[in-house]
Amino acid sequence: MAEAHPVGFQWVMEAKKRGATVIHVDPRFTRTSAVADQYVPLRAGSDIAFLGGVINYILQNELEFREYVVAYTNAATIVTEDFQDTEDLGGLFSGYDPEKGVYDPVSWQYQGHEKHAPSRGDTHTQRETGAGLEQESHGPPVPAGTNRDETLQNPHCVYQILKRHYSRYTPEVVEQVCGVPPEEFRKVCEAWTRNSGRERTSALVYSVGWTQHSVGVQYIRTGAIIQLLLGNMGRPGGGVMALRGHASIQGSTDIPTLFNLLPGYLPMPHHTQHETFEKWVEAIRHPGQKGFWNNARAYAVSLLKAYFGEFATADNDWGYNYLPRMTGDHGTYQQVLNMIDGKVKGYFLLGQNPAVGSAHGRAQRLGMAKLDWLVVRDLYMIESATFWKDSPEIETGEIVTEECATEVFFLPAASHAEKEGTFTQTQRMLQWREKALDPPGDCRSELWFFYHLGRLVRERVATSTLERDRGMRNIAWSYPTSGPHNEPDASAVLKEINGYDIATSRPLSGYTELKADGSTSCGCWIYSGVYADGVNQAARRKPGSEQSWVAPEWGWAWPANRRILYNRASADPHGVPWSEKKAYVWWDAEKGEWTGHDNPDFEKTKAPSYRPEDGAVGVAGLRGDDPFIMQGDGKGWLYAPQGLIDGPLPTHYEPAESPLRNPLYEQQANPTRKVYDRPDNQLNPAPPEAHSQVFPYVFTTSRLTEHHTAGGMSRQLAYLSELQPAMFVEVSPALAEERGLTHMGWAHVITGRAAIEARVLVTARLRPLRLDGRVIHQIWLPYHWGGSGLTTGDSANDLFGITLDPNVLIQESKVGTCDIRPGRRPTGRALLDYVADYLRRAGLDASHYAPLETPGAGD
Amino acid sequence: MPGPNSLYGPVDPAPDAGYTDAPPRMGFFTDTSVCIGCKACEVACKEWNAVPDDGFDLLGMSYDNTGGLTANSWRHVAFIEQATPPSEAAMDVLREAERSVSTQFLGMPSSTLPGETGRADRDLRWLMMSNVCKHCTHAGCLDVCPTGSLFRTEFGTVVVQEDICNGCGYCVSACPYGVIDRREDDGRAWKCTLCYDRIGEGMTPACAQACPTESIQYGELDELRDRAAKRVEVLHQRGVSEARLYGHDPADGVGGDGAFFLLLDEPEVYGLPPDPVVPTRDLPSMWKHAGVAALTMAAAVAAAFLGRRP
Repeated sequence: MAEAHPVGFQWVMEAKKRGATVIHVDPRFTRTSAVADQYVPLRAGSDIAFLGGVINYILQNELEFREYVVAYTNAATIVTEDFQDTEDLGGLFSGYDPEKGVYDPVSWQYQGHEKHAPSRGDTHTQRETGAGLEQESHGPPVPAGTNRDETLQNPHCVYQILKRHYSRYTPEVVEQVCGVPPEEFRKVCEAWTRNSGRERTSALVYSVGWTQHSVGVQYIRTGAIIQLLLGNMGRPGGGVMALRGHASIQGSTDIPTLFNLLPGYLPMPHHTQHETFEKWVEAIRHPGQKGFWNNARAYAVSLLKAYFGEFATADNDWGYNYLPRMTGDHGTYQQVLNMIDGKVKGYFLLGQNPAVGSAHGRAQRLGMAKLDWLVVRDLYMIESATFWKDSPEIETGEIVTEECATEVFFLPAASHAEKEGTFTQTQRMLQWREKALDPPGDCRSELWFFYHLGRLVRERVATSTLERDRGMRNIAWSYPTSGPHNEPDASAVLKEINGYDIATSRPLSGYTELKADGSTSCGCWIYSGVYADGVNQAARRKPGSEQSWVAPEWGWAWPANRRILYNRASADPHGVPWSEKKAYVWWDAEKGEWTGHDNPDFEKTKAPSYRPEDGAVGVAGLRGDDPFIMQGDGKGWLYAPQGLIDGPLPTHYEPAESPLRNPLYEQQANPTRKVYDRPDNQLNPAPPEAHSQVFPYVFTTSRLTEHHTAGGMSRQLAYLSELQPAMFVEVSPALAEERGLTHMGWAHVITGRAAIEARVLVTARLRPLRLDGRVIHQIWLPYHWGGSGLTTGDSANDLFGITLDPNVLIQESKVGTCDIRPGRRPTGRALLDYVADYLRRAGLDASHYAPLETPGAGD
Repeated sequence: MPGPNSLYGPVDPAPDAGYTDAPPRMGFFTDTSVCIGCKACEVACKEWNAVPDDGFDLLGMSYDNTGGLTANSWRHVAFIEQATPPSEAAMDVLREAERSVSTQFLGMPSSTLPGETGRADRDLRWLMMSNVCKHCTHAGCLDVCPTGSLFRTEFGTVVVQEDICNGCGYCVSACPYGVIDRREDDGRAWKCTLCYDRIGEGMTPACAQACPTESIQYGELDELRDRAAKRVEVLHQRGVSEARLYGHDPADGVGGDGAFFLLLDEPEVYGLPPDPVVPTRDLPSMWKHAGVAALTMAAAVAAAFLGRRP
């Protein structure tokens, strides 16, 4: 966190000054470790084993916050008796289909819900479309009624399943899998549990490298299970905080730049799953479930009103058929492979540098070289704009400038200081930024670009009679502009996002005002309220010293300016704060309403004693003590009966590339991971496949404080480049000796995709780990370098192949296997031959790919 | 009118330099125990003061690619990797790797640094420290400057006026810390001004403003000294017995620094002199001795002449 988020890290240092214990778990000793009270090195890719060990420690010692767990989580909920665990099936859950590599999740359901389970085909489509992303603002659909055993004794209740599932994740197993000595591990468990409960809360903070694994979503799930067991959710000082990789990455999923989502986590329509408007809405709201998501029709209609204005009517299903449909996996990696195969003609790149920043850089560059046209909008001429003349593939002869037909349009972009708008950060808080100065020359804002692009396309189709152009012709595209370049007014866009009453143009005060009858328009339902009372609430900047400690008048947080989600959980089932110290919201019995320091995340006047009538659904179906109001059953999910492709409980699988046989299960790696078995995406062999010793070392990548992601914003600046002026690789003194590497000398790192060179830093900050009876060396590389800028070097992301998490299609780019050798890499054609020789030695060719299911598992 | 301590000993430098109604003396307290090595201070300093880049050289000195305070780097974050004897468990792993691992510290001239032993609870310590001009009470650079380019400000800080500097370089050898430096291309001397143009407007110096963890604190020197003493006390109570202040003492060889530090090891570990002394300290006694010598010489000459007369 100190490396990648130094400004946010000031609050960790502040907490430390006040006596907080800071624990840092990381494969390499970083600037964070330097100021932590305890540094715990572990093997990259082993985090679920580590956190599973913490869960086991909590359950074996009964250190969970029992009252919280029973009342607010699904610990007591009973699961179908057909459910079989990974402990019974060698690392697979019940329902695995080896043909498609997905599960039929019927046996994972709550008892009595079996008929509501998605089918195997649904699950397959969900993986293709990264459907897990839809769950950012709410849980997957389950019916309201569940069977519960609040004594937690029923062998089929979630609590008992959880306990059995993690019973083998002992300190000894943690050492065997992660390389963490038991005494170090115990110190972590003790500190975490001691600081949680009625009187105290702990926060779990992770950076997005945690997600970049073939089991990335399950990493986060494991952390969430611990936080629920310890009562750290919905309470001040608790939570699971994702530190995002750039400004407003939260914003870019809320109002998405993703292929599979529409604003507010509404799914992008799929051609078979959501054929009609009704099917789409029903798929979102799932009649019969509890909670606010039941009102999805109002959110959906209001969005279509924002898109199509007067052309969205009840008669034409609010313009639903103007929306494009997904037909499968259109994720960024599938697109790149399609480009290589010549299936994609054009590509827009905005603020992204995949030639350096994405996994398998060579595939990225070769793909772009097959396009007809490419539009790059960036601050500088980044590697993704110049690959046709100076990429590593020019040197190897794989791209020939004279023959590369891609027409590249480079459009210079305005920087964040040169445009107005909002950032949404990890706390879901929108903060408005003023424009400090005009962008120079031809540089323009994204808003300008898209507004005028849309305007020009609409001019082209204005007289078209083609049905396919109707949506574009009918889109509501009227924004006030000003200045010499006709810059659109960003606050007008924010007003549209907030939503308004169509008859009166009155800005809405929040999403509860949204209507399904077409009388309201709203560009993103979860952002409704950001322009309440016609005031830009995101622009509020009242200093913390002039308001309460929750600081509700600084910016605006979705939903409804609520700073902590599910904060009903900060009070006990009777509505009384769990402790004076941790009081946040509570039930005021005299006034008959919820009150407190924050906006209560609950119906204002629903008493804690409220019990729904039988069969009640939607918001009315929630009990007065069901705090998790966006979940189908109102509970925090220790166990996920739906919504995850790879299982209801996080399970330790080895990374797709690993030098180790999975010590816990016969199943080696995630059996549902998304793979692309192609000759140009060879993955290094992992046991039980042969020849894994050709790539004996584990490597991981991350950032340096001095640079920013793929370097487009830092390698061009002298004051940053001079601070880290060269690509380097960090190795331990032991590995340096083993491979003959010298400090400050050159070395090259080899995988099945590439060989890259770097200067060597020999440092005790990297150290070998002992596990499973052998010593594992880990190598660390920064991923900031590429061929352009004041400082240049080979790109670490060239080393990775493409394997994705099945839930959200994020790439496994934080762990792989490699070899390292002293000296510089070969150049020209010799480089290709060099990598090909490694492939040959590793037995990798197009005739065989590692199966998803490991032989022996599932017997 | 210079006082008896003008060249050595405790003194408030601004009044001593002739300012009447001088504002309180301002300075930096750099608390290295909370430094996270982000180098925001280096960048902010260069941005505000338009200091040129200092070259793109990988130095291999841990994460320090600045190397030291120079004419083109007025803040410098030092990174010190200290390998202390590994724990028994870690040693087992290392032995198993069948390698005799040298715990040699990398990037510093010697493997036997002061403070190399110690803490048993970890086998690696990574110290970070943002170094800067000390703005000495008795500033050697100022004392030797022949042009008046270096001057004492009303805040008690020491600033170079680049339009007056003639590039003689006397100041470079007069600095006991090796801070002030000449730029190769123009020959003139440059160093931290404690953002004279900012603090005169009531603003905080750029480095302190940018520091995310309040490792660099700016303020009235007296107040900073109190704060620093309390911080050391707190750290000692928490078992950080190695915490100590550096440059805070008005009785030291430079009369105390306007920019002082909380360190977690001996000053030498950070590349700081353990006992800096302003080279002009001995000027009065040197002049006295020279005077006595001259008088003696004169007397001897006179005596010789007188003595020749029978």
